[in-house]
Amino acid sequence: MDSRKGIKTALTIVTLLLAAAVIYFGDSHLSRFQIRILNLAAIFVILGLSLNLVVGFTGMFSLGHSGFMCVGAYTAAILTMSPESKELIYYMEPIVPVLKNIEWPVIPATVMGGVVAAIFGVLVGFPALRLRDDYLAIATLGFAEIIRIIVTNTISITNGALGLKNIPSEKSLWFYWGICILTILILKALINSSWGYAFKAIRDNEIAAEAMGVSVFKHKLLSFTIGAFFAGIAGAMMSFLITSIDPTMFRFLFTFQILLIVVLGGMGSLTGSVIAGVVVTIAMEWLRIVERPMHLFGMDVPGIPGMRMVIFALLLLIIILFYRQGLMGTREFNWDWVLDKLGVAKSKERGVS
Amino acid sequence: MTLETFLQNIANGISLGSLYALIAIGYTMVYGIIRLINFAHADLLMVASYAAFYGILVFALPWWVSFLLAIVITTILGISIEKIAYRPLRDAPRISALISAIGVSFLLENLGIVLLGARPKPFPRPEEVVWNIHLGGISFLSLAIIIPVITLVLLIAVNLIVNKTNVGIAMRAVSRDFETASLMAVDVNKVVVTTFAVGSGLAAVGGIMWSLQYPQIDPLMGVFPGLKCFIAAVMGGIGSVPGAMIGGFILGMGEVMLVGLMPELSGYRDAFAFVVLILILLFKPGGILGEHVVEKV
Amino acid sequence: MFGKKFLTLVAMVMLVAVALVGCGGGEEAKSNNAANNESDVIKIGVYEPLTGINAAGGEMTVEGIKLANKLYPDVLGKKVELVIVDNKSEKQEAANAVERLVNENVDVIIGSYGSSLSMAGGPVAKDAGVPVIGCSPTNPLVTKDNEYYFRVCFIDPFQGTVMAKYAVETLGAKTAAIVQDVQQDYSVGLSKYFVDAFKELTGDENAIVAQVNYNTGDKDFSAQLTEVKAKNPDVIFAPGNFLECGILVEKARELGIDVPILGGDTWEAEEFLNRVGGLKDIYFSTHFTAEEPVTELSSTFLTKFAEEYPDKQVNAFAALGFDSYLLALDAINRAGSTDHDAIRDALAETENFQGATGFITLDENGDANKTAIIKKVADGKFVYETKVEPK
Repeated sequence: MDSRKGIKTALTIVTLLLAAAVIYFGDSHLSRFQIRILNLAAIFVILGLSLNLVVGFTGMFSLGHSGFMCVGAYTAAILTMSPESKELIYYMEPIVPVLKNIEWPVIPATVMGGVVAAIFGVLVGFPALRLRDDYLAIATLGFAEIIRIIVTNTISITNGALGLKNIPSEKSLWFYWGICILTILILKALINSSWGYAFKAIRDNEIAAEAMGVSVFKHKLLSFTIGAFFAGIAGAMMSFLITSIDPTMFRFLFTFQILLIVVLGGMGSLTGSVIAGVVVTIAMEWLRIVERPMHLFGMDVPGIPGMRMVIFALLLLIIILFYRQGLMGTREFNWDWVLDKLGVAKSKERGVS
Repeated sequence: MTLETFLQNIANGISLGSLYALIAIGYTMVYGIIRLINFAHADLLMVASYAAFYGILVFALPWWVSFLLAIVITTILGISIEKIAYRPLRDAPRISALISAIGVSFLLENLGIVLLGARPKPFPRPEEVVWNIHLGGISFLSLAIIIPVITLVLLIAVNLIVNKTNVGIAMRAVSRDFETASLMAVDVNKVVVTTFAVGSGLAAVGGIMWSLQYPQIDPLMGVFPGLKCFIAAVMGGIGSVPGAMIGGFILGMGEVMLVGLMPELSGYRDAFAFVVLILILLFKPGGILGEHVVEKV
Repeated sequence: MFGKKFLTLVAMVMLVAVALVGCGGGEEAKSNNAANNESDVIKIGVYEPLTGINAAGGEMTVEGIKLANKLYPDVLGKKVELVIVDNKSEKQEAANAVERLVNENVDVIIGSYGSSLSMAGGPVAKDAGVPVIGCSPTNPLVTKDNEYYFRVCFIDPFQGTVMAKYAVETLGAKTAAIVQDVQQDYSVGLSKYFVDAFKELTGDENAIVAQVNYNTGDKDFSAQLTEVKAKNPDVIFAPGNFLECGILVEKARELGIDVPILGGDTWEAEEFLNRVGGLKDIYFSTHFTAEEPVTELSSTFLTKFAEEYPDKQVNAFAALGFDSYLLALDAINRAGSTDHDAIRDALAETENFQGATGFITLDENGDANKTAIIKKVADGKFVYETKVEPK
């Protein structure tokens, strides 16, 4: 079939080893600051991917991601905090006894964060997914806000506005990028499975998909729930990265930031979300320089706090107006493209999936 | 609840509800024609308030001149937003247009932070417009009377425009079907621009009234009223101008009564609007006065 | 076969990312070296909210810090350089901001207005072993379990008790109503301490006749206040952001509620005064007063602040920022070096340090034990009312 299969496999293995080496090397040689930013990037990549699954691949405009993150973050935090910490922190109202003595390791708690978020995904999706387009957007946004308001008010479970601190910290690149790579693998498999084709069919034409025998509602719910699951995972990772969380972190404006990643990368491209997730996170830090006082051409330019967000908003607008495809459109990365560019001979087929 | 408290709550509900109603009318107009949640509508409230603020305090203009100027500025901005950010996407997928709307809103808010400062500013209350009224045991601001009157007047005006003028007839045609309307020699662009002009003007009036009622303005001030009033418009039946007014009143009254009847649930107040929204969307998507929308293939 | 491409892709992205971050870091380090030739300069990092909900508080604090830096630019014979970063009033940004400061090799960190932001930044500083001086985070959890976090302000349990005591003993209140912002840790925390102390002082379990909530960003408080009015309390305690509280207090008076209204230190802001300047019986606790300069430094601060910012009102946050900076210099001086642990130890031993806001002694948690000031609003100004000594 493919004359270059051997080369591609070799390339993949080499790159994989390289990736492992980079993570290994990074963990011991990069500064704590660089590792933190990279870990944050991994979280944003997962968020971008999961929102892209819902918005880009299934065509459902959901703005509820911050709510699912919130659920995942709280679940993971409550499951992992030590009983002494809970005693100390819940000083408004004691935590409900059932949760008090639970102290799970980080990994199962992360998975559980995803699972609980997925359960919320089903609960929200079941009614909301009967809606479409802007109604769906506003309804999911509403659900996210409702989740946040409930979290704020159920003090004996979540500690309300005081938030949680002393959440176990997880710093290694392996944890964040390991989960991130796993997420990519799972989503890639999903997209190329019959479910994935159903999602794309629904996105392209819902009525036609229905006519072709695709069970539209079932697949929409499935996609939405998987999206919620990974948002929950990302939320859990966020709480291990920052080690303190509170409900105001998960305002719906946060979802807009994830949306920027999806749009920038290209709606319907996993590759795009990965690149955009990393680029946006790093750019966010790097752009701090525009907010600082600068020496430009011998003049003192005072720092302008808030300039970063203006740049991001402009970027979002410019992309959607002029480069609606984003970085990748619906294309994905593959070796054929690289080999073509390098001029390696091939038998046929050009791979654009 | 004593009678006095009850009456006071009615007065509170009317002041809040009429504000929601006023802003919701603008929302429903724009949505009714282009079927796009104009997220930037919320930020037009903010722009109008700042324009009025600078007019009065920096340029020392009489308050009514500033208010008029603010309305003009906001209208121009509204039309420009349509031309720059929405028109190019008219034939694009709905999601793109929505993202563009979010982008515009995001940009206006952050530009506001950079240019106007993140710290809130005190909005002046002209004595001719705002004073305290005490009736027996209940007290309210003059605005609780002025705003409903303005809302009613604007409601009638908008209804006249939509139902009696040629532009209005064209608007209704466009709201049914862009393409067919343009085939019938309706200048779609002109109609959309008119709609945005009227909608933005309404947003400006709403923003100024909001700032008179809650005289503390900041670049993010529009976000919450914007969401609430969109919900009010959906409740009333999107596209229906009287519906928006009814939806606004119900939402305002509902929020006040929720706190009045169940003060221990007051922390959940903001969830109330969203719960109502979701229930309406699920069980009566057309809203209270809206027509049933049949999905086009 | 699936996924291989993707693994590869991720690997490549990571490579690029590492390169990017690496370059960024490299440039940073280079420019630093060029600027200070290693240790000619002592760096004090500041992370404060300059945008977002808490922008006003952050701005006031930074003004104080900059003033202090201008007046006292040297320590150990070296120039002090401020590195100020915005934390956008968001937790993940606060954590990043502190990490960034650590990365730039600052010697001490100052910040942040807003306890939840400080709680996000705290663990990062602790891990890196860099001492932090909090200027105004009053939540007791900020310094708990964190031996690198100190603060120059008092904490909420004290502040809540002070206000309850004032309400009962001076204002003669027997009942109170609480109006709190359920989204602000500051507001719910302070309310709790007030309620506990108020019940104890009055000996009445039912002394709190009403407790109503609102959310950050709300503008309409008429329903909550109508409920409070119906319960007819002797005082209202309404701690929260000055933004919401300004409108809230004004609305309370419009509704004909004329009982005293009490709040916390966040009220000391121009925005609050703009709303309530003409009203009466509004009291709040704060850290500092211009009328009763407690130390010599208070007078210096007052005169210099007026010179530097002629059109601004002196406020507690600027004073606390000022003190944080001075305490940092003092600690570096006492440590005699810029070794992080030496500075930390010096900070922990702080006793009777003279600041603009009073004499500061840090207890075993790193919290300042100091006088609380109660102010009231009168004739468009904040006026000194009384002071309460710590136990």
